[in-house]
Amino acid sequence: MKIRIKFSKQGYMKFVGHLDIMRYFQKAMRRGKINIRYSEGFSPHQIMSFAAPLGVGITSNGEYLDIEVTDQDTPSFTSQTMTKSLNQVMVEGIQILSCRKLPDTSKNAMSIVCAADYTLRFRERAILEDLEMFFEKLSAFYSQDQIMITKKTKRSQRKLDLKPLIYHLERRGNAVFMQVSAGSGDNIKPELVMESFYESQNWEYPPFGFLIQREEVYGHDQAGNKIPLEEFGENIE
Amino acid sequence: MRKLALNDEILLSVQQPARYIGGEVNMVVKDPSQVDIRFCMCFPDVYEIGMSHLGIQILYDMFNRREDTYCERVYSPWTDLDKVMRQEQIPLFALESQDPVKDFDFLGITLQYEMCYTNILQILDLSQIPLHSRERGEEDPIVIGGGPCAYNPEPLAEFFDLFYIGEGETVYGQLLDAYKENKKNGRNRLAFLQAAAQIPGIYVPAFYDVTYKEDGTIDRFKPNNPCAKEKVTKELVVDMDQVPYIEKPLVPFQKVTQDRVVLEIQRGCIRGCRFCQAGNVYRPLRERSVEYLKESAKKLLDHTGHEEISLSSLSSSDYTDLPELVNFLIDQCSSRGINISLPSLRIDAFSLDVMSKVQDVKKSSLTFAPEAGSQRLRDVINKGLTEDVILSGATEAFKGGWNRVKLYFMLGLPTEEKEDMEGIALLSEKIAEAYYDTVPKEQRHGKAQIVASSSFFVPKPFTPFQWARMCTKEEFLERAYLVKNKFREMKNFKSLKYNWHEADVTVLEGVLARGDRKVASVVEAAYKNGALFDSWSEHFDNSLWDKAFQDCDIDPDFYTVRERQIDEVFPWDFIDAGVSKEFLKREWLLALEGKVTPNCRQRCSGCGAKVFKGGVCYEDKD
Repeated sequence: MKIRIKFSKQGYMKFVGHLDIMRYFQKAMRRGKINIRYSEGFSPHQIMSFAAPLGVGITSNGEYLDIEVTDQDTPSFTSQTMTKSLNQVMVEGIQILSCRKLPDTSKNAMSIVCAADYTLRFRERAILEDLEMFFEKLSAFYSQDQIMITKKTKRSQRKLDLKPLIYHLERRGNAVFMQVSAGSGDNIKPELVMESFYESQNWEYPPFGFLIQREEVYGHDQAGNKIPLEEFGENIE
Repeated sequence: MRKLALNDEILLSVQQPARYIGGEVNMVVKDPSQVDIRFCMCFPDVYEIGMSHLGIQILYDMFNRREDTYCERVYSPWTDLDKVMRQEQIPLFALESQDPVKDFDFLGITLQYEMCYTNILQILDLSQIPLHSRERGEEDPIVIGGGPCAYNPEPLAEFFDLFYIGEGETVYGQLLDAYKENKKNGRNRLAFLQAAAQIPGIYVPAFYDVTYKEDGTIDRFKPNNPCAKEKVTKELVVDMDQVPYIEKPLVPFQKVTQDRVVLEIQRGCIRGCRFCQAGNVYRPLRERSVEYLKESAKKLLDHTGHEEISLSSLSSSDYTDLPELVNFLIDQCSSRGINISLPSLRIDAFSLDVMSKVQDVKKSSLTFAPEAGSQRLRDVINKGLTEDVILSGATEAFKGGWNRVKLYFMLGLPTEEKEDMEGIALLSEKIAEAYYDTVPKEQRHGKAQIVASSSFFVPKPFTPFQWARMCTKEEFLERAYLVKNKFREMKNFKSLKYNWHEADVTVLEGVLARGDRKVASVVEAAYKNGALFDSWSEHFDNSLWDKAFQDCDIDPDFYTVRERQIDEVFPWDFIDAGVSKEFLKREWLLALEGKVTPNCRQRCSGCGAKVFKGGVCYEDKD
């Protein structure tokens, strides 16, 4: 049976990198006595996959991993009991938000990820004197028809229009909220959007200027709609 | 949530920030204002190394069982953070509370290898604690050292207030009680050190004076304080089932060196290898009962979620109930995707059978530690491993499907001659031949892969070789080249590989291992010259140490290549480690004659460890 787990990563846990979070969850499955399935072979590993790696320094309210458990049609647990067993073995900063059953035919989270929500808050030191001006200019930046940037990867540089990859951008209080393209296609980091904005204004982008938080990750359903990954599964009662 | 000592900007600009945040699974959380004693335990190396150490986990668990004590941890900040902390004058902090180490009552530093000595000074320096014991005041923590290198604490004497000699489980409670009592009565630091000096196993270096002869060796080593004892006897757990073992070890986020459950099955060793310090100072052998270990293994796996469990001891094959324990573990682990790792096993029918069950034969290798290339030299070092045993073990293994063998040797052992060195290549060749003779062509998975490595021998205190002359760097390298050239002559050269260790760092290890109080100035000078993380080959810079020796006018050869007289007073002679100097002397002379000594289960050789009234010395012999 396939289970999708949603968790949050807060506080100092943001300094623990993606690979270490994977190792952390492997051990947590054993501590929480989850009957996770193992691969065959001499060194069996847990059937577990993560939706979208989160960069070091970023907090999140919407992280996902999929696992398979050995239970067949009638599970020995409910969504609630599994969430509880896992939360009992979590560290401060990581909280399991939900455990939901996926249809057997569903694709794993990583392959369907299409978008993610982020909130960017100014760090105290980097806060601007004139916030109104900042948000006005940001709004003007976003309302352009085209936002051409040069995206650098390890191997190459390419010109890219950011505009169609930013699905939404708005002011929320004193923070910037954005929904951007994510996943294996065009994965847009929120810093990239802010850096492009600062560059367009000829401002120097302050490294560590923003506290960034991922709020949600979306996948495409068969009709092409963006749906929070959690909603692909159903509660086990 | 806990507040961190370092801000985001710093943490996001250094490598692996998770080294500095604490918060790991099973971390103990207490309210520091509700305890009487704050103890900070330190492993003076980077987090991934320090977190792999079993001893600290044991003490962390033991201290935190006390309601009146909060034990926290600190490790060496890596060089990137070290720089930032110095620039911004950020005091070194403990991982749990993130409070400055200088505000603690105790800073306990484990001394696992000599090449961490400059890191000890880094820890003190970054903590803003005066480097020298004599400069510390009432507000500074009590700095206490322990671990294997505390068996010769003299090169570090002036940096420590106390040393704990022996196993931590026995008198730490007494020491902490004495501290609390002293504090309650409003008495000062000196009063506590005097109280501590009267506790067995505790050594207060400031309470002893050393005078030297003209030739630089020790004339007298005497207490200068009535509270200090003439001899400091090591502490040791007599019944291993009577002391608690860890139940909830810390589980780091990062991949560390020992990323597994470590089950300590026994302490001590019956073998009596003459080069081995651990085998001598941890005598007598004391086993934990198999029931205790089964219970413990279950709890440890449940509480950590680790995917591997490893047995820890100096020689696992000597554990009486090994088959029962191993079968239990196989039974427990196989369905849960947990691996079993069995280091320090003698290769025989039993171990090959077990290993074929717990590891992938094609991917793993067999390890032998003959330590010396010839039977004559193996007799000198009392390594009871014969060529027949190695070859028959290897042959059995080849039949079982293995084709990789690792061999560990030492170069520079006492009495070593050309034939002994060449023996390293010859033995490796014989093992390769055994493979080609045993396994028919059609069944081979490629070539045999025999990897021989040699480290350079460092004589250690409390071993029969404590009198031995150590080789110079040039002698070491000559010997390594000689072996390397011999390998080239071998028929199966292409199946053999030979590696050797760094020579510079070995010589330095030799100075520190058998050093006296005078060596402290060199350690300090080297640190001030910039030496740090000396055990990391990419950081080790011998020129910093050369300069330190010159500036301090200390000749390293005095500690390494000098011939020692049989009646010389050694810097560590004031410690009673159980094995007597008389026994070590006897063994040294037997070694020079090439005569072996039987192990503790074959016959008692009267080493002196029987005074502890436990372990193998009192086993039923029927």
